[in-house]
Amino acid sequence: MTYFADVVTLARKDLLLELRSRDTVPAMVLFVIAALVVFSFSVPADVEERASYGLLWIGLVFTALLGLTRAFAAEREQRVLDGLVLAPCDRSAIWLGKGIAVVAFLLLAEAVALPAFHLFFEPVGWELVAGVLLADVGLASVGALLAAMAAASRTRELLLPLLFLPLVIPVVVGGVGASLAEDPGRYLAFLGLYDAVFAILSWATFEYVVTE
Amino acid sequence: MWLAAAAATLLVAGLGLALFWIPEVEGDPAFPIFYLHVPVALTAYACFGWAAWKALRLLWTREGSYDLESYTAVHMGVIFAILTLVTGSIWAKYTWGQWWVWSSRQLVLFLVLFLFYSAYFMLRYSVEPGPRRANMAAVYALFGIVLLPVSFLAIRLAEDVIHPPPVVVTREGPQITDELMLVFVVCLAGMLALAAALYTNELAGKRLDGRLRELRESLQ
Repeated sequence: MTYFADVVTLARKDLLLELRSRDTVPAMVLFVIAALVVFSFSVPADVEERASYGLLWIGLVFTALLGLTRAFAAEREQRVLDGLVLAPCDRSAIWLGKGIAVVAFLLLAEAVALPAFHLFFEPVGWELVAGVLLADVGLASVGALLAAMAAASRTRELLLPLLFLPLVIPVVVGGVGASLAEDPGRYLAFLGLYDAVFAILSWATFEYVVTE
Repeated sequence: MWLAAAAATLLVAGLGLALFWIPEVEGDPAFPIFYLHVPVALTAYACFGWAAWKALRLLWTREGSYDLESYTAVHMGVIFAILTLVTGSIWAKYTWGQWWVWSSRQLVLFLVLFLFYSAYFMLRYSVEPGPRRANMAAVYALFGIVLLPVSFLAIRLAEDVIHPPPVVVTREGPQITDELMLVFVVCLAGMLALAAALYTNELAGKRLDGRLRELRESLQ
């Protein structure tokens, strides 16, 4: 039980920090809206209907990336991560707490982005919402691990997209497929598979990323 | 040394057989590149698999020497991945008239892998050397081997909505006869021997490099 108490405490710390500083979520919301507006000028009108779903997914992935570059900023600047690693809790709890916080930020950003997409472009169906929810888990679990890696590097914000984008290509495939295909079930199942595989892998390997 | 000799012999024999012994495939004069392209691709998989295995050993035993082995294997894997992209592109040009086709699963998968493992080098170069970098690189190499089947599945799924396969594109090779299989196996063995030779050579070089650096530091 203490494991989950640790996770809840860590996630609560991130949410509380965000509630007080309001650094990340407003930036993500503004970014995704700006991206959608830019996209509306980047596709020809005759293909806009179907292409817009793809553009939404690009917007969501980059919004997640934007949030993730800040994910370990507080830990890095104040050297909190060293303290967390020394704390008598399982290291994977740090990853899970961070992942939950990232999912929460993503949900807040999407709560604005999806209605905006519905308003500007195409109707938002249940399969798109389900796809987004499943994708959030995958993006956050892979992203929280890679953000910890990038935070330990010299290039930081520069490195994260390079590590993150090739890994989330399957998420984009699953998401776009779920929004466009006639049988979204296969794609949603694929997203679920991706979530399970990479969440387990990240959970198991996070300890090695933050320790020597 | 004997690995390099074996690689040279097998590759010359295999490609010679492919060019002069196997009868030309009707309608696909570029087919002999199959004996280069597919072994190169399989060798790249083998290198990435080897890198992941060494990475797993590193995380399991915390033995630092596995780091260099995993790194060298990724290094070789990326070289063979680039060769796969080049040979695949040439084959695509001959067979389909285009240098790049998004509907070729193998090529797209190798593009994803190439991007992924290029970032591996970026990761290594931007983290201070030490046990933590070794751990991170190992975790990343493990992610790579898991990403491989997941990406393959994703590319197959993408064919239905995102990159529909054109009607003309069916890479239906000729029926694999015993002769074709024999030549293919010779080529594959040659390519694997080549990768092993390059790997041992590069590993020895990197180890020497590391030892030299230690010596220099102790002299200063």
